[in-house]
Amino acid sequence: MSTVSRPRAVLQADLAKRQRTLVTPEGLSLPLIVGARGSRAGALILDLLFLTIGTVAFLIFLSAIGFGLFDMGSNPDTNPVLQGLLVIVILLLFLARYGYFLWFELGPRAATPGKRIVGLRVAARDGGRLTAEMVIARNLVRDVEVFLPLFFLLGGGQGAGVAGFAAFIWLMVFVLFPLFNKDALRAGDLVAGTWVVEARQAKLKEAMSLAPDRADQYQFGEAELSVYGEHELQVLESVLRQNRAESLREVAEAITNKIGWQLGAGDEREFLEAFYAALRGHLETGMRFGKRKADKYS
Amino acid sequence: MVLDLFRKAEIEPPADIEAATLRSDRFRLEREVDWQRLDNIVTALEKNRPRRISDEDLLDLPVLYRKTASSLAVARETSLDAATLAYLESLVRRAWFQVYGPRIGLLGWLRRFLGGGWSAAVREIWLDICIVLAVMVAGTVVGWLLVEQDERWYYSLVPGGMAGGRAPGADPEMLRESLGTTESASGLGVFAAYLFSNNTGVCIMAFALGFAFGVPTLLLMVYNLALLGAMFWVFQDAGMGLDFAGWLSVHGTTELGAILLSGAAGLHVGRTMAFPGDRTILAAMRSAGVRAAQVMAGCTIMLIVAGLLEGYVRQLVGDTASRFAIGGAMLALWVLYFAFVPAPRERET
Repeated sequence: MSTVSRPRAVLQADLAKRQRTLVTPEGLSLPLIVGARGSRAGALILDLLFLTIGTVAFLIFLSAIGFGLFDMGSNPDTNPVLQGLLVIVILLLFLARYGYFLWFELGPRAATPGKRIVGLRVAARDGGRLTAEMVIARNLVRDVEVFLPLFFLLGGGQGAGVAGFAAFIWLMVFVLFPLFNKDALRAGDLVAGTWVVEARQAKLKEAMSLAPDRADQYQFGEAELSVYGEHELQVLESVLRQNRAESLREVAEAITNKIGWQLGAGDEREFLEAFYAALRGHLETGMRFGKRKADKYS
Repeated sequence: MVLDLFRKAEIEPPADIEAATLRSDRFRLEREVDWQRLDNIVTALEKNRPRRISDEDLLDLPVLYRKTASSLAVARETSLDAATLAYLESLVRRAWFQVYGPRIGLLGWLRRFLGGGWSAAVREIWLDICIVLAVMVAGTVVGWLLVEQDERWYYSLVPGGMAGGRAPGADPEMLRESLGTTESASGLGVFAAYLFSNNTGVCIMAFALGFAFGVPTLLLMVYNLALLGAMFWVFQDAGMGLDFAGWLSVHGTTELGAILLSGAAGLHVGRTMAFPGDRTILAAMRSAGVRAAQVMAGCTIMLIVAGLLEGYVRQLVGDTASRFAIGGAMLALWVLYFAFVPAPRERET
């Protein structure tokens, strides 16, 4: 509970920057966190990976069950029956490019597998319902943002002189678009009226004050409890929930030093639980009277 | 019991509420069961298994949602338990996403789209379609006139690979051959698929370029159609204008229709950016983008049809009259579909 370390401060500043409040049609204000650009890029890379693996597996499967796709590809004119199949495969692969994103983002989680893994989902920016048309719009523009630049780079479009260079600049405008607005919207999000927000699940953890009441063993006075504020209380809560012996000892020492107590060895957890309950009771009573204490400095 | 393995986990009633020393923890323990019930319902919905929800739970869903939302509001003001607050926030957010998530899946959307959503979206951008159509006609005329004035224009308009020997003053026999048919269908399938992805590229470019206020879209239209006009002149010069028109009409009515629509969709977005009216630019772009996206999704379907017509039908049907008949029928089909299929009824949501 000493000074907040520097990387943590940077993290918190970043989190505060991405915090948005969304008012639902019922008038409830919901805090949302806009997905970080890094995790969105990660989600996209995962999705592309899945698509590639799926495509390769599909082709291997086809060749394995005897369509001989790879032999046929070298000499397509010889077998007209299997030709039709090749056409279907080409069309299927084309549709997979769109269908993959559409299918998953239209599902109940509004997220592709890649987004789900990194804990993101698509939502309507105005707090209303996410419609199918919005999802379609944002995924059509994806073609310009992801696939065209990809094919451009892979297909050697850079050799096309001035026109190629102009195309490159134009495509880069789309690719870099999310870096230049505060909600990390890509062009597709802008057009469709959507954004990508964090959607992590949280589990309900144990209530904290179920531990046996030790108010008669440890009695804290007003002066001892008014040393700390809400921030320190929450740090203490996470230390108690993690329940690691050495951090319990360090924290117990820091607190006893601060409030001038002496503590026997082995009593750390009991002491901290009692102190937590007392401090939380103290701060919550203050809250009910409209007095809040954010941290030890206030 | 084996069956027990498949049964969903029962919600455990909270431990002795009175044992909790803190008032805010008693508040939480008293309401915990409701939260867990809502959690189970939302989880079932997220996994797309609404059948797992019992009737009783389903009836209570609105009440549970409101109770949890109000628990969150109260807890924010009275409790300092960070873990509980985080849980409640995530639960209410998940429940809210389920209430306001997409209501139809891909297949449901596709059904509604083909049953009128597409034609309605096309009718909504009629002005842009008229503008792009005018520009396309102008582009063709320009291409024609340029090459008529000076044949050298042809070589700067049409890239060498695409011309494929179809140059001014070419041997009429060779030109006629290029309009001809092939003996059998073999090899045409791959050709059709290739044409399809090629044309899709043009359409997507036309749409994407719309973001620069629609100007590049119009330029792209002029260029592509000037190319067509120039080639038309070459065939007309060799006395085969009608044959060329027939050859083109088989797939051209569908393909040029798709290019027209995608250009119009791009222009619609660009035009809305330039003239958002009395809405904010973002709001205006949103409605324009959603409309344009529907039109574009339809273009993909048109291009698949065009690719098949171009790859198979055009190469197999050689007679100019039947080619005109096929092309005309396709044109009539599209026009009738776009003009008269009514928009689907908005389902009550």
